[in-house]
Amino acid sequence: MTQPASTSPNTGDRTFLDSTEMVLNMGPQHPSTHGVLRVILKLDGEKVLGTECVIGYLHRGVEKIAENRTYAMFTPYVDRMDYVASVSNGLGYCLAIEKLLNTEAPLRAQYIRVIMTELNRLASHMVWLGTHALDIGAMTPLFYTFRDREEILKIFEKYCGARLTTHAFRIGGCIYEAYEGMEQEILKYCDFLEPKIDEYEQLLTTNRIWLERTKGVGVINGEDCIALGVTGPVLRASGVKWDLRKAQPYSSYEKFDFEIPTGPNGDTYDRYMVRIAEMRQSVRIIRQAVAGLPEGPIMAKIPKVLKPPVGEVYVSIEAPKGELGYFVVSDGTTQPYRVRVRPPSFVNLQALDKMVRGQLVADVVAVIGTLDIVLGEVDR
Amino acid sequence: MPEETKGNPTAPQPPAEKPAAPAAAAAPAKPAAPAKPAGPVPQPWNAPLPNSLQSRFGSAIKEASTYIGQNYLVVEREVVRDVLHILRDEHQFDYCVDLTAVHYPKKDLQFEIVWILYSFARNERMRVKTQIKDGEPAPSVVALWPAANWMERECYDMFGIVFTGHPDLRRILLPDGWNGFPLRKDYGILQQDQAWVQANLGIESGQ
Repeated sequence: MTQPASTSPNTGDRTFLDSTEMVLNMGPQHPSTHGVLRVILKLDGEKVLGTECVIGYLHRGVEKIAENRTYAMFTPYVDRMDYVASVSNGLGYCLAIEKLLNTEAPLRAQYIRVIMTELNRLASHMVWLGTHALDIGAMTPLFYTFRDREEILKIFEKYCGARLTTHAFRIGGCIYEAYEGMEQEILKYCDFLEPKIDEYEQLLTTNRIWLERTKGVGVINGEDCIALGVTGPVLRASGVKWDLRKAQPYSSYEKFDFEIPTGPNGDTYDRYMVRIAEMRQSVRIIRQAVAGLPEGPIMAKIPKVLKPPVGEVYVSIEAPKGELGYFVVSDGTTQPYRVRVRPPSFVNLQALDKMVRGQLVADVVAVIGTLDIVLGEVDR
Repeated sequence: MPEETKGNPTAPQPPAEKPAAPAAAAAPAKPAAPAKPAGPVPQPWNAPLPNSLQSRFGSAIKEASTYIGQNYLVVEREVVRDVLHILRDEHQFDYCVDLTAVHYPKKDLQFEIVWILYSFARNERMRVKTQIKDGEPAPSVVALWPAANWMERECYDMFGIVFTGHPDLRRILLPDGWNGFPLRKDYGILQQDQAWVQANLGIESGQ
């Protein structure tokens, strides 16, 4: 971003005869920014010299709202951050408050939470795959993934009445018991989905245009990822085998058998492969959770009026986009003194500049898509 | 951290009932003593890591504690950057998870800045905290962890804390010309920069 505006042609790594930089504004109203993200691109012809992200268009002051609501009243608000993966948001918040209360959800509730969260991970990855492919120019996957995602949303609707901002869990467990036939319906969906994932792969994995647009695009190595705080599939595609569900299991994840897919090169193609593999692992976890769903209560014994003792905790989960953390400070009253959300999208978006420098303008679109950001979460 | 979730419901409670004496003198005796469980209390964090830091920095490490299985250090502002540097270079805390602040307007040291660190090698998380007065700068850690760049900008945006050494400290979520720092406790939830709203959005009020 601090490139000097030189007028002498062909200096350094400049490639064009006329070496004056061009500043191109992308967004905030741009279909490939997945919301209202504005990127100011410094270009030398087609080549990106630097980027600057302008964010905050969706800032609603979620953390301020939290300080003015009771603990329970704030739960629906967290769904509005990453609205594509609202179940994960709710899970992270509930776990944080449960930790602050020094309690734990009953086992059955933990299993229901795992089933719902993994279904939500599938839904989130499907939105990502469809829109990412659309950005790059493949229109068909969008219709396929949205068709299959619809069935997940129907399960959510049957379970808790809402499709998108679900508010599925409560502090202390779940409020809704599994509806009649839910297990069979979810298992049926798993059987339905697995061949569909193969279908998505048939469309893209060996598609020559897809390979040209994604291989070697937006490369970032593992060290840079860690330095920039990047987590989630982006980190794993760079070869770092780290997943909070394995590293620091929560909500009974240690009881399930699954693998952490990684990629060797850290490019857009690897991130695609990692997310596809993650979808298969999610199906695997769901099957185990449904098969092992224990009987018992779904709500822990917690007081009606929540007054956590004075203290502070940081609890994080592996959301579809990366590490989603809640840092909650309690002063012993019914309202949180401070809630800080550590959003994966916000931190991951910082890596955009690193990933697109020296690449072409068209690749910026691919890289924004592959980072899988949700602006509601970036801006909060 | 399997023991973390268990907590310590039978942890030794400190004799903290005494300070309530002056108010309770006029009130009827024993006003609902068992009504409020005090909950877990921070325990001293005894491990090689805090011990080595304490022997190195002495009283500048004000506290090394564990609360519900989560470790944290409270450090003087003057040495916090050195402590963070040592944590990164010598104790493998290579991932700066988050950076934020908490505002306590009634205290003299109004702002508590919290760094949440994670080590991939140790699979361990810890927090480093420091307290500063209003208007005092905090050291920037962007040179240690580039991830802190936007986090410090957000912290400045929301609390008005200046991080010295930050390469580009500007507002990030709010517009550049905005007046006020919304996450301070004295900033009302309905409060807005009306002048900015009127000048830039062409409406009377954002409410």
